Parts: sequence; structure tokens; C-alpha cells
Amino acid sequence: MRHGKYPFIIGFLVVPVALYAIFVVAAYLQTFQLSLTSWSGLGKIEYIGFDNFVKLWHDDTFWKSIKHNLFLLILLPIITIVIALVFAFLLNVGGGHKGGQTRGVWGSKVYRIIFFFPQLLALAIVAVIFGRVFGPDKSGMLNGLFPASWKPWLFLADERYAMACILIVLIWQAVGFYVVLFSAGMGSISTDIYEAAALDGATRITLFFRITVPLLWSTIQVAWVYLGIAAFDAFALVNIMSVDRGGPNGATSVLSLMIYRNAFDFSQAGYACALGVVLFFLTLTFAALTLRVTRRDSVEA
Amino acid sequence: MTEIFANEVDRRTLLRRAAAVGLMATPAVGLLSACVGGGDDTPATQSSGAKSADNPLGIDTKAGVEIVIFNGGLGTAYATDVDTPLFNKKWADAKITFSQTEEVSTVIQPRINAGNPPDMINNSGSKLMDFGAIVKAGQAADLTDLFAAPSWDVPGKTVAETLVPGAIEQGTYDGKPFAMNYSYTVFGLWYNAKLFQKNSWTIPTTWADFTALCDKIKAAGITPFGYAGANASYYMVRALLTSAAKIGTEQALKDIDNLKPGAWTADPIKQAAQAWGEIGNKYINKTFLGLRHTEVQLQQDQDKVAFYPCGSWLENEQAKDTPAGFEYAVCAFPSVTAADKLPATAINAAAGEIYFAAAKGKNPQGGKEYLRAMLSKEAALGFTKLTKSLTVVAGASDGQTISPGLTSANDVLTKAGQDVFVGYLFDTWYKKLDDESRGAVNDLMFKGGDAQKFCDRMEKASQAVAKDSSITKFTRS
Repeated sequence: MRHGKYPFIIGFLVVPVALYAIFVVAAYLQTFQLSLTSWSGLGKIEYIGFDNFVKLWHDDTFWKSIKHNLFLLILLPIITIVIALVFAFLLNVGGGHKGGQTRGVWGSKVYRIIFFFPQLLALAIVAVIFGRVFGPDKSGMLNGLFPASWKPWLFLADERYAMACILIVLIWQAVGFYVVLFSAGMGSISTDIYEAAALDGATRITLFFRITVPLLWSTIQVAWVYLGIAAFDAFALVNIMSVDRGGPNGATSVLSLMIYRNAFDFSQAGYACALGVVLFFLTLTFAALTLRVTRRDSVEA
Repeated sequence: MTEIFANEVDRRTLLRRAAAVGLMATPAVGLLSACVGGGDDTPATQSSGAKSADNPLGIDTKAGVEIVIFNGGLGTAYATDVDTPLFNKKWADAKITFSQTEEVSTVIQPRINAGNPPDMINNSGSKLMDFGAIVKAGQAADLTDLFAAPSWDVPGKTVAETLVPGAIEQGTYDGKPFAMNYSYTVFGLWYNAKLFQKNSWTIPTTWADFTALCDKIKAAGITPFGYAGANASYYMVRALLTSAAKIGTEQALKDIDNLKPGAWTADPIKQAAQAWGEIGNKYINKTFLGLRHTEVQLQQDQDKVAFYPCGSWLENEQAKDTPAGFEYAVCAFPSVTAADKLPATAINAAAGEIYFAAAKGKNPQGGKEYLRAMLSKEAALGFTKLTKSLTVVAGASDGQTISPGLTSANDVLTKAGQDVFVGYLFDTWYKKLDDESRGAVNDLMFKGGDAQKFCDRMEKASQAVAKDSSITKFTRS
């Protein structure tokens, strides 16, 4: 048995490792290489040292984009996790317990399916649909619902609210998945614990904060990392939904969109690669920080 | 105990995997540029034949020609049903390999970088390639010999002599022609001729007339003027700069193209921005800032918007949404001041829709010969009939009644006489500046009409481009 183990393992690994090496590692190396050039995307490649990074430092749009990514990085995980936790709690435990079984609120099975629906829609479709929801005149869904005497809200066309609109859509899309994730986590929490607590007279709120949240802590951490990474992306939504792609006046610009526009619209592949390198280190820093911070304080069931 | 331990490992692996997902997003650029520098290879053996009166470009009459046409608003039928049959009527042995794409850069750019481009490419659409970068990289064939060759079907004239003024100039980069801009677009204010007749509104020629008419239109419950801020603000940039050119001649626009310091803060630009900013303050519907071009154009078709600045493709684009009582017509932008250097009839008409022969393809001469076929009167008329857009071939559709909008466009061209100007080229030369102008004009038109702010912002962006050594510069005179 033992002598056949390595060929077996190698057989499994060859294809994924090769794919990873070609399409991720090699592409990354090339991104690093190109970030030191003034390549336009066509023709000759000239090395210009760290000029791209200097330019980036002085680029207002870059700082705006970083700000927007941070805005998403902070708010997207917090809001999504809070909403998903509440929903998951209501679906699984919120109905109290009867006959020795904890149950969700009435109709929780239907809700569970409904909450998951947004996850099944392609992001591009979600973006187009919400483009109509946030329509700036009376043909927009929200404006259509407002009283007729109100001046239409511009939503995506208003620099103050454009980024919040994007955030709302990201949350709407993400919640369903995390409800399912947290539901699975809650399923693995022994009902005995809830029962014991309930016998001691704990309210639902106490159950939620004293039992559910601590026992789900490691699942929440996973959710945090996933959502943080989603916050570094947000490309598809911004590209399709926003006014003037990242506008108005850069009010919705994010790093991923900047990379795309510089590489394919502005013929500045070198500069785009420099942005890519920055995004690489930001994501890496975020992941490392999260792993470090969450290492010790997990409570095991 | 073991179970708990296993669980912990699982979760940590999951975290790590999650981190890896995020890292996948970045290498996309590197990946798409695969085969970096491949395009610098010396060209493979290229087909050619002996030059003769019948074969002025010296093509190999048996070598195939590969063409790629953008499939967008113009469709591809003009290539498959008009141009290719015409080409094959003369060169029966040269096989045309046709393909179409909706994403030109996605399909063509990797092929150029791999040293294997098609022979003739239609660079158009929202995913068009930066043509300035292509020229700079030496990937576009010099078309000097094409324009000097005899016309396909106009005896005694060269190809150049059959074209409208400015057609070649627009595809010229640093003195050499590299692009054939085929369609000819008339820019102006589009309106519903029937609506104007019904209300006996007359077309304004001075700015005072224009604002007076706008007041009347507004009183009738119609938005006098509008454009789509979300994705078509460059229509407004063109309106503003056309007015600027009327005030201070085309030189004002040439200065902008040449990134001359102070070009954007010059008087003509400031006066035009001032005048249009007022229109924005008084007559535009502010919600248009968040709308797309199709939405505003639809509102015009429903007679909710009177004037819309656009090019002559508009009628064809809106064909299926235009109700029976709607008849597209176009007029020149009114004079801004009494001292305008160009007359009120002056218009901006430009060649557009780039076609080029790849310098490093297998058969560049064949690609050029295909372009020569397209520039024949016969092919040009076929194109106009199929796409309802004019071509750069002068007078190719004269005497033909194709559609009211096209007739109207032809009329303003005739009225303008010699006062037809090409406009500006910075939007294709410097995409970043183009981008800035869209944001700036939206601010001007929807947020207070501050002309000085518009000029200063554009001047700053223009000088930033001028100082950026990684951006290839072009000049015109």
C-alpha cells in the first residue's frame, strides 16, 4: 500500500500545480516585471525603474480608489455579517424550542430559499437590475416609489451616495451565502446547550450573544476574510452600474477598475501592472493581518 | 480531542484558501498580455506581386486576405454582401477570409502581440484598440500608396482625390496616413422636424434665438436640451468644443490637440463653456446625469426632449424606437457671439470608424487593396444604403433618397460649404484626457455651470498628459 502512495498523490497534483504555475505564478511574475516598464500594451517594452510607483503616489484617483476600497473593506464585512447572523439566528433558533427541538421562526424554510436567491444570479445581471432600481428619474424603481412631489434622487449620479449604492448591492448579494454558512455553523452547535440555557431562563437575545456568537466565532472569521477580499474587488458592479465607469468624478473608482481602465482603455499596461502589484500587497497584508489577529481568540465547540 | 484538532486545521486551511482567492484577481493583466513583446518580431514572409496599372498596389493575386469586421451599429452585411463580392469580382483567386467580433481588442490585440495579425482590421466599438499605441508600435501599415493609387471606379482620379476634405488627415499620425476612416459623420443638434413644424418653432442661428426658443419649448412642457451623463457625455464635449471652434476657428481645437499650454483656458473655450453652462443651468433635466444614451434618445423619440447633440448615426441607432410622427433632422450649433469667426452654418463633420491594414500581417498589400475596394463609389453607396451613414467618398450617395435624417445631414453639409471642420482628435490620442473631459463637462452642465472651473480642470489634466513621458504624443497642424 505504502509504496504506491507518492505516484498517487503526484498524479493528483500535476494538473492543478501546472495550471497554477502557468496561470497564477507566471502571470504574477510578469505583472511584477511589467510594473517596472512603460509598456503600452503593444510593441516595445522599456524599463523605467520605479517611475510608475512614483506616479501612482501622486495620482488623486489612486488615493480615491484606495479610500473606496477601505470603505468597502470596513463596512461590507460588518454589515453583511450582522445581517446574516441575525437572519441565520432567526431561521434556526429564533422560533424558540418545542418538544425538545430548537426551531426557526415560522416559514423559515421558505425564507432560507429566498435569501439564497441573489447568490444564484450572475453579478452582471444583478448590476443591471440595480441600475434600474437606482434609476435617477421616475422610471427608476426607488424614485418611482417616492411620492410624486419629491425631487428625484440621483443615487448613482450623486457623488455623495454613489459608493453607498454600490455597497448596498454588494451586501444584498452576499447576505444569502453567509446566512447559509452561519446556518451550517449553528447546526453544529449542540441543542443541549440552547436547551440548558433556555431552562435557566435565557431570552433569545441572551442566547444570541452568549451562545450563538461565541460558538460561531471561527465561522465568522472565515466570513470576514471572504468578504474582505470581495471588498478588494467590486469590479463588475462598479464597471456596469456606475456613471461614467467609476464616476461621477471618480466617486466610485476602485483599484480593480483602475487596473482595467489603465490596461485596456488608457494603453498604460505598465502603470496598470504597478497598480496590480499594490493590490497584491494590500490583499496579502489584509489576509496576513486577519490570520494573525484571529489566531488565538477562537473558542472551540 | 482529535476531532477538535482536525476541525481547527480545516478552518485555518479555509482561511488560507480564502486569501488565495483574492490573490487570483491581480494577475489578469499579466495573463492577458501573454507573449509579451512577441509583436516586435520581424514580419514573416509577406505576399506581394508585380505592380501594374491594373494592380497599383502590387498584390499577389492568388494570396488570401483575412479581414475582421466589428459587429456593432453598422452590422457586417456591407462587408460580406457588398465589399467582398466587389473585391472578388476583380480578384477571383484571392480568397477573403472573413470574421466578425464584438470585442476588437480582446480578439485582435493578442494576435498582434503574437505576430500573427489579420490583414485588414476594423478597429471600432467600445473595446477598440488604442490606435495611437498601434501606430507607435509599428503595427499599422503606411497607407500612402493606397491613397496615391488610382480610384477603383472613378477614372482619372486617385483614391485621395475622391474623398471629402479632411478624411485622410484624420487617420494621419505625424505626417503619415495609417488609418482609413470610412464613415462620415455630421455632428449637430438633432430634433424632430415634425414637432418643430407643428409648433412653428424656427431653427435658431444666434445664441439669443437659441435661448428664446428654449424658453418657448420649456413653456410647452418639453425639456429643451439634453444629453446622457452616465455614458455619453462626450457628445456634450463635442457640442461645447464645436461652439469654441466657431468662436475662435479650428485653431482653438488644434491647440488643445497639441497640448499647448493655455489651450483650455483660452477665450473661445471659456466663452463656449460659459454659454453652455447657462443652458445646463436653465434648460437641462438634471436627472439625465444618471441616464444612458439610449434612455435620453428614447425620451427624445417620445418628444420629451427637443434638442439632442449627436452624430448622424443617431437616426439609424434609433430606427426601431422612432414612432411614425417623428422625423429626424439636424441643424448646426448656433453662433455663440456676434463676433464668431466662423459663420452660423459652419459644422463639424468628421470621418470615423477606423479600418487599417496590419503592417506585420501575411498580406498587407492585400489588406490595402480591400480598402481600395471599399473606397469605390459602388461600395460606398452600398454601405450608405445598408447602414444609413455617409462615407468619406465624396458624393457617393448624391441624388439618392435614403432617409430624412440623412437628407437633412447632407443639406447642412451643403449649406456649410467650405466651413466644414474636422474637430478635435485628442479624444482618440489621449484617452485619459478624454476621460477627464467627460467628468468635467458633466460638472459644468449639471452642477452649476462654472466655466472657469471647467477650463482650469481641463488645463491641469492636459498639462499632466503633456508631462507624462509614458504617453505617446502626436501633433497636428
